[in-house]
Amino acid sequence: MTQTLDHEPATVVTPPAPPRRRFSRLAVRAGSIVAALVVWELLTAFDVDLWLHFDRLPTPVEVARDLGYQLGTAVYYQDLLDSLRRIVTGFALAAVFGIGLGTAIARSRGTSDVVQPLLEVLRPIPAIAMVPIAILLFPSNEQGIVFITFVAAFFPVVVSTRHAVRALPVVWEDAIRTMGGSRRRVLWNVVLPGALPGVFGGLSVGMGVSWICVISAEMISGEFGVGYRTWQAYTVVDYPGVIVGMLTIGLLGWVTSAAVELLGRRATRWLPRGENA
Amino acid sequence: MSLRIENLTVHYGPRAVLSGIDLDVADAEILAVTGPSGCGKSTLLRTLAGLLPASSGQVLSAGVEVTGTSAERALVFQDDGLLPWRSVRRNVELPLSIRRVPRARRRVEAESWLDQVGLAGYEDHLPRELSGGMRQRVQLARTLAGAPRVILADEPFGALDAQTRTAMQRLLVEVWRKRPTTVVFVTHDVDEALFLADRVAVLTRDGRLAKVVESSRPRTAEPAVAAERAEVLDGLVAA
Repeated sequence: MTQTLDHEPATVVTPPAPPRRRFSRLAVRAGSIVAALVVWELLTAFDVDLWLHFDRLPTPVEVARDLGYQLGTAVYYQDLLDSLRRIVTGFALAAVFGIGLGTAIARSRGTSDVVQPLLEVLRPIPAIAMVPIAILLFPSNEQGIVFITFVAAFFPVVVSTRHAVRALPVVWEDAIRTMGGSRRRVLWNVVLPGALPGVFGGLSVGMGVSWICVISAEMISGEFGVGYRTWQAYTVVDYPGVIVGMLTIGLLGWVTSAAVELLGRRATRWLPRGENA
Repeated sequence: MSLRIENLTVHYGPRAVLSGIDLDVADAEILAVTGPSGCGKSTLLRTLAGLLPASSGQVLSAGVEVTGTSAERALVFQDDGLLPWRSVRRNVELPLSIRRVPRARRRVEAESWLDQVGLAGYEDHLPRELSGGMRQRVQLARTLAGAPRVILADEPFGALDAQTRTAMQRLLVEVWRKRPTTVVFVTHDVDEALFLADRVAVLTRDGRLAKVVESSRPRTAEPAVAAERAEVLDGLVAA
């Protein structure tokens, strides 16, 4: 067999940055955060009032003390889990229905004609504007909040799935069909895996929007959750508590987005720019 | 399996891409199709595969009219026909899975086909980690694993360099000798056509059949007969 000429695997390796430069960049980045904290401490500790009322804000030290205290209470974790449960439920529903509907719209003209006009009418309405409707519609606040989270993530997922499925090269489908594969086979073996890179774009955006909406919904109609607790802290003049809430929200948002990102990278490792297996 | 193309006309929108094609392909024959760019060579293959409907006329496969795709007529693509998210092995297993071969046997069969195209040891690589020539070998293995009775290939070696191309042509002949199958392939290369094929069909720019040239000694080490070469080239120039 002739197998000498064309057996060079085409893998490209990017050289890592030299260690010294990497270290100095790290120092600059850390320094930037430390400097911001110092400025914050100075502005608040000296009660600076330059049009912006820094005298009303808590100092970073107060915030840190409050965070330390809250980390030792059960309520903190209860709120965290409440918000997390809402986001995961709403987001999972949005992923399943969004990918399903997006694929159906892209693959079937009938579905597209029926569903597309409805989506176009509903899409410009921010999910948070649906809070009153959600409160009226659902038997419990809990379900309303999950619904808002679902709506928030649903549209980015539908739109990105639709585009990703439409952009698929026709060769793969032709290959499956000329192997005798059915429409279902094409759907499971070509359409869904092939659309994943685009779908994950929508999932990432959806996760971000979901957090905005779950927090807002909790603030408005909430029964517990980080958003509720943050607003509660504001109303009882517990300003360090507000900032602890904000930090918690940021941390949760970051962790969940990173989870989606990680999942996406694992699922699309085959892309030319993906990481090596 | 034999193919019969009867007065075939295929429209792409309002334009006729192929018109009034009559052509028979015998069982286990290798037929090359050539012609100027845009003459409908790919359209012809896609119609034979059942991916495009005939506007008028028909395609008969072993006497039965072709109305859709079937595992009996496999299509091989120029490049990128492999599913990039599946490993080499899983790509070759795909037609076996469609044929409902049990999972354990799929693996054994896929490995045996990969071995035959000289890719043993590359089972777990992703297509992007292979060179163009290796990817075409995988495609060949995948096609053969589906046990088609007709292989339709659209410029299968068109994206390869000259040396790899020659190696692939020899591999195809070797595989075909072991298991003679009807093959219809599109090519721009007159020498490739006359080396591999029993007959060469030349299409005109407006999608008609200009002529069919017989190759007197296909799949031998001898160079193509000059007269046959000239005849195909004449057909191409006139087209």
